[in-house]
Amino acid sequence: MRKSSPGAARGPRRRPGRIRRIGLPYLLLLPALLLELLVHLVPMVIGIVMSFKELTQFYIRDWGTAPWAGFDNYSVSVDFDAPVGKALLDSFLVTIAFTLLSVGLCWLIGTAAAVFMQDTFRGRGLLRALFLVPYALPVYAAVITWVFMFQHDNGLVNHVLHDQLGITDKPSFWLIGDNSFIALLTVSVWKGWPFAFLIVMAGLQNIPRELYEAASLDGAGMLQQVRRITLPSLRPVNQVLVLVLFLWTFNDFNTPYVMFGKTAPEAADLISVHIYQASFVTWDFGTGSAMSVLLLLFLLAVTGVYLALTSRGRRTAS
Amino acid sequence: MRSIRAAATGAVILSLALAASACGGGSSTGGGSNDSPKELTYWASNQGASIEIDKKVLQPELDKFEKETGIKVKLEVVPWSDLLNRILTATTSGQGPDVLNIGNTWSASLQATGALLPWDAKNFDKIGGKDRFVDSALGSTGVEGQDPAAVPLYSMAYALYYNKQMFADAGIDGPPATWDELIAAGKKLSKDGKWGIGAEGSNPSENIHHAFVFAKQHGADFFTADGKADFTGDGAVTAVKQYVDLMAKDKIIAPGNAEYAQNQSVSDFAKGRTGMLLWQSASANLKSQGMSEDAYGIAPVPVQSGTPGPGRQVNSMVAGINLAVFKNTDNLDGATEFVKFMTSDAEQKVLNTAYGSIPPVKAAQEDAAFNSPANAVLKDTLAKSAVALPQVSNESQFETAVGTAIKELFADAAGGREVTTDSVKAALTKAQQQMPKK
Amino acid sequence: MSLPRSPMAPPRSFLWSRRVFLTLLTGFVLVPVYVMISSSLKPLADVTGTFRWLPTELTIRPYIDIWSTVPLGRYFVNSLIVAGAATVCSVVIAVFSAYAVSRYDFRGKRVFTVTVLSTQMFPGILFLLPLFLIYVNIGNATGIALFGSRGGLILTYLTFSLPFSIWMLIGYFDSVPRDLDEAAMVDGCGPLGALFRVVVPAAVPGIVAVAVYAFMTAWGEVLFASVMTNDTTRTLAVGLQGYSTLNDVYWNQIMAASLVVSVPVVAGFLLLQRYLVAGLTAGAVK
Repeated sequence: MRKSSPGAARGPRRRPGRIRRIGLPYLLLLPALLLELLVHLVPMVIGIVMSFKELTQFYIRDWGTAPWAGFDNYSVSVDFDAPVGKALLDSFLVTIAFTLLSVGLCWLIGTAAAVFMQDTFRGRGLLRALFLVPYALPVYAAVITWVFMFQHDNGLVNHVLHDQLGITDKPSFWLIGDNSFIALLTVSVWKGWPFAFLIVMAGLQNIPRELYEAASLDGAGMLQQVRRITLPSLRPVNQVLVLVLFLWTFNDFNTPYVMFGKTAPEAADLISVHIYQASFVTWDFGTGSAMSVLLLLFLLAVTGVYLALTSRGRRTAS
Repeated sequence: MRSIRAAATGAVILSLALAASACGGGSSTGGGSNDSPKELTYWASNQGASIEIDKKVLQPELDKFEKETGIKVKLEVVPWSDLLNRILTATTSGQGPDVLNIGNTWSASLQATGALLPWDAKNFDKIGGKDRFVDSALGSTGVEGQDPAAVPLYSMAYALYYNKQMFADAGIDGPPATWDELIAAGKKLSKDGKWGIGAEGSNPSENIHHAFVFAKQHGADFFTADGKADFTGDGAVTAVKQYVDLMAKDKIIAPGNAEYAQNQSVSDFAKGRTGMLLWQSASANLKSQGMSEDAYGIAPVPVQSGTPGPGRQVNSMVAGINLAVFKNTDNLDGATEFVKFMTSDAEQKVLNTAYGSIPPVKAAQEDAAFNSPANAVLKDTLAKSAVALPQVSNESQFETAVGTAIKELFADAAGGREVTTDSVKAALTKAQQQMPKK
Repeated sequence: MSLPRSPMAPPRSFLWSRRVFLTLLTGFVLVPVYVMISSSLKPLADVTGTFRWLPTELTIRPYIDIWSTVPLGRYFVNSLIVAGAATVCSVVIAVFSAYAVSRYDFRGKRVFTVTVLSTQMFPGILFLLPLFLIYVNIGNATGIALFGSRGGLILTYLTFSLPFSIWMLIGYFDSVPRDLDEAAMVDGCGPLGALFRVVVPAAVPGIVAVAVYAFMTAWGEVLFASVMTNDTTRTLAVGLQGYSTLNDVYWNQIMAASLVVSVPVVAGFLLLQRYLVAGLTAGAVK
């Protein structure tokens, strides 16, 4: 968590009037608070209520009167011996693996690119613009292009790997079967790394350059400078960046949905689409909500642990 | 301190109020009314080559309706990818159109929500009576024994399309009438990068349509008489295996078809990459892809032996679109009037001609426009050997569960893994366990 | 704009690894873009045939057809309005919130930041239906049509990007020296004056980054847009799906349309780039 800033309350003390002094921060927060309430918190409360209801197609029309299901929806979801629970668990594990790999790669590529491009060189502006293109394309356009390239019969990927390089002895399937995981990961990284790049690049601007000058006078090499100055200075930026990348990737719906439609192959069955399928395709919004709530609890726990760990790390470092 | 508490209290009250208001759902106006008699909202499904083309087809007809009745129809053509979601959210919130198109296989599932106006005898009388419609089309409008949830609008059936030139080149005399003949023909066609027949391996609905017909031909069904899921009977397993085997064992479907889900098999056929295609009312589609009508022949979908007919000789599901009225419409009379208009003989002729489908209205079917050889096959199939998909409230879940299982089986076949009776049975068992327990 | 980071020239190994890395990365980024461009210039039959690096036949037909297959212009305008409005609102609200958190100590601060961050964890699917219900009920109660309208979508999207924007801006504002706004207040500015005259200008790169993020979040969202829009308010993210019709997937038109709608966005990015770098001067005050 952010360390509380010393002398934070010093600024506005000049202004007279107690209400004004105390009220201002709340006033500033009010719009954000109201909107979050309206669009996130209240719907979430309703979603939690839904997860305790039997909300199948027989009741969705007037779900106020749908029967209460107690913890039935939850017990179905976590009964890992039965197909529904097992499918959820599989999907969850796939999502974890996918998220860790995707976030790791996005961060690594984004940071490396930002660090490499800190100095001016010819074509830097052009490259920087180019690198933001994947991020600027509408998700649908980007993903559908990759789908096009991953086609079995006429896709570029098989054309290169099989026809031109001869690496595979026959064309591979990328959109079905086990390879779909690799395909999904590729698309996710392609689309995601420019964001890490953007944020890290902005973060790099705030590192005072005297630090580098001092370090290089001390004879520190490039790698050492990165390790001793760049990465520690980026720590606050990275703390948030990695967390939100994790949360977004974990909850990403757009990419797998555009890529595989309503039913994803098992190897790429991300949890967001899985829950979507449970809710919208099989019309069981109760179980779908219960799965979402479980997911939410998991993410809360991960975030809590993550923040505790990284904040402690930060305190000892500083 | 006090202000926080006040703020917190305010927030809690606000959220409770919002939550309570949302809990009310859209059920307040349950019965339908005639509050706005001069306006209707109509959600049409995408039937033509694009949404814009649909608008061009429908708008003149809606203008005609407005001239006749003074009721203005606001048209929205909803893409297939969004239609079911839109209907579900409309159902949940009560905020929907007055009249809408639904895929006829959804009828029973949507009927269970109670959001659609039941078509009892009284309502049917308002549009000219139930017996104006073809029986097979009426068979796909909801659970048997209940008032239909919708009225048939467009009918379609599967047929076997074959490339005449490719058949001649391979020395095949005529279209195959049984699956054995189809496989034999397919093997002759499958060479030099060309293949016997196409499939949409990654499209759960297409998979279901074919597996259902195969099951019928083996005397099996995916549901018991009282509507319970029964996916693992010998007949069902044999049926699914026979379908997947076209790729896995007989090798007359290109492995690449396992990932098809966007009608690529139609364009493969149009481009002469496959010699045969099982499709519903493909003529308009093939024409738009530049395949001339003389280039292909059209024949009934094969059966195991003998000729198509009822019972085990079924060779198509009843495909099509139904027209439904949203129960809490605020223009009930206008909505009924609109359904009457859309199912009138004249409109049926115009619309079904434009979309290359068959009118489910008997009188309209008699029109010369539907007597071409292609339409004769479809009409015949609909009249004699087409059966509606199971009319159970779990139909939608069935399509997802079994359709996805077949998709995975196709993926296995394409990836070179063996597809055995056991692996088919295992996949279907898993699908069955995912069905709701009720 | 150069950054004289080191008085010595970087070592050769650094230059080489940079060259290799950036070349590979450029290839990775560019290949799909090249595929888009080349496919958008091919007739449909060639696009659906075996892949070729070089088109055998060039045509600009797809660029003409895209406008009639789907109402691309309308979708584009809708997306611009929705994403633009959501971005402006989101950034303004986030600036206020971040300023409050960064500069004031007040009760509930921690609760606020944690709550706001936690909303990032909500799976969209959990609150899609409830949110729709709320909008419908607000519509029924007050006559403000939020469902099916651009307004509802703007409201939804701006809250999607708000949590992250607030968090990022808190960080950026913290790095702006407090002495600066105190000096401004001594000069007679109020707290808001200090915010807009001192803090915001100093945090421009952060604000631009956050704005870009807010824009792209709204620009690409599919799930909520597919349910909450109708024919007249449909955004590009869902509208582009119209090129994959019942008959055929018009790959060449998809690519052409994607390129056409992306050009203004990429151009906007290019214009904003300079502000991302402008932070150098702000940082130098330290």
